[in-house]
Amino acid sequence: MYSPTILIEAVINGLLTGAIYALIALGLTLVYGVLHIINFAHGAILASAMFAVWGLKTLFGIDPYLSILVLATVFFCLGYGVQRLIIGPAAKGEDGNILLITLGISIFIENALLAGFGSDTRSINSDFAFSIVEAGPFLISSPRLVGFAGSLIVTALLWFIMSRTDAGKAIRAVAREKLGASLMGIDVGHVYALTFGLGCAALAVAAGLLMPTFYVNPRIGGAFVNIAFTIVVLGGMGSIPGAMIGGLLIGLVESLSGLLLGESLGQIGIFIIFILVLLLKPTGLFGAKA
Amino acid sequence: MLDVKSIRTGYGGVEVLRGIDLSVGQGEIVAVLGANGVGKTTLNKALSGLLALTSGSITFDGKPLGGSPIAAVEAGLIHVPEGRKIFPNMSIQENLELGSYRRGRASRARNMERVYETFPKLRQRMTQMAGTLSGGEQQMLAIGRGMMAEPKLLILDEPSLGLSPLLVEEMFELIKRLNADGLPIMLVEQNVVQSLEIAHRAYIIENGLVTMSGSAADIAADPDLKRAYLGL
Repeated sequence: MYSPTILIEAVINGLLTGAIYALIALGLTLVYGVLHIINFAHGAILASAMFAVWGLKTLFGIDPYLSILVLATVFFCLGYGVQRLIIGPAAKGEDGNILLITLGISIFIENALLAGFGSDTRSINSDFAFSIVEAGPFLISSPRLVGFAGSLIVTALLWFIMSRTDAGKAIRAVAREKLGASLMGIDVGHVYALTFGLGCAALAVAAGLLMPTFYVNPRIGGAFVNIAFTIVVLGGMGSIPGAMIGGLLIGLVESLSGLLLGESLGQIGIFIIFILVLLLKPTGLFGAKA
Repeated sequence: MLDVKSIRTGYGGVEVLRGIDLSVGQGEIVAVLGANGVGKTTLNKALSGLLALTSGSITFDGKPLGGSPIAAVEAGLIHVPEGRKIFPNMSIQENLELGSYRRGRASRARNMERVYETFPKLRQRMTQMAGTLSGGEQQMLAIGRGMMAEPKLLILDEPSLGLSPLLVEEMFELIKRLNADGLPIMLVEQNVVQSLEIAHRAYIIENGLVTMSGSAADIAADPDLKRAYLGL
């Protein structure tokens, strides 16, 4: 059997990674909850945000954590614009169309990144990537700790927006009762765009938190989105607390099954969970019945 | 207050409203009556800007009404839709708050107090999810949410639908009370008898056209109407 220290360290690492997964799932679940579609461009947008972080660091020497503030704003605006100017008009009111359009956007972005950067894998070199915090007998990677804190802050912020501001309440209203919302004078197109923008901003934050310890290539998004999708299903489609708790759980499962089965089989646990949730509780932990 | 002149509209080539004229004056309850499928809901959609007109005009409060729900709400024409359309995943308090999303935001707290005074049951349950309310309570919430926008005219679409006879009675009492404070109300209903009891004037719609209009008392006494709607 493993020593308790190793087990506990695996648990800690799992939770730290899981928080970032949760952040990526947050945007996916938010867009699903309101627009009722899976945003297929989610991974590609994450990849482009990671390239943006890498670019700002490599070209201008801007620290990834600093670039989060700028990129979150930029990606919010991009997301808002893409929904308002491309997805919304092209969807013509049909949810099925939105699905196809986001798929198209993802193909476009991935290939644009391939054309611009090639298929090489790139990473940021910084000393901080290797710095460690010692907590008793445990060694914890500092950038992962920052990532964990950042994810919690973003989740709390998003929760605050959704439950305390008029804009957030309008988003929740549109999610369940579009007609009722528009009769209250809520601009449904604006709410859709706002939601999409928030989802993209969350991805930009995730990119900034990931890049110090991770690498980027044009196809990197797919791997994350598979996991994020599992989290969304586990937590309940459309639920923000569900995304956070689901993310932490999935991170934990990945880390522990990696420890027990070997690094290359670590993700098996995630997909076993995915299948079990679909079999036993298809609405997820926090999901509402359809 | 509201002046509708020969409006025509429909869905993709199928004309549902074929030239409707009607008006609602200050302080009036005007009943718009008709069986299922004659165009009442389409009329409401046109008035609240959800459906574009093919011809005709809508004047509200002396100005032409812009063709969007936002413009209608901003002007103070508030539509309480058929089937309530409340936000089931949100608390009663939040539902009411969103009533003043576009209009009446500055006096939100005061208006909410007024709504809670009108509907004490809602105050008792203000943190409860709206989806867990009974049909009658949901209808009260829908009306309360409409009141939050400080309506100049309230359109009530089938407020008695799906309620028990006792609650229907209560609902019509409530409509009278709201109107007693000077609020003009356009009441769109299938419930002919009770609507005519509280309305000042009424329009009967058949097949996308107004076939009868006049004071509620006259219409209630009309032999044709009795035959068509009351089976007398």
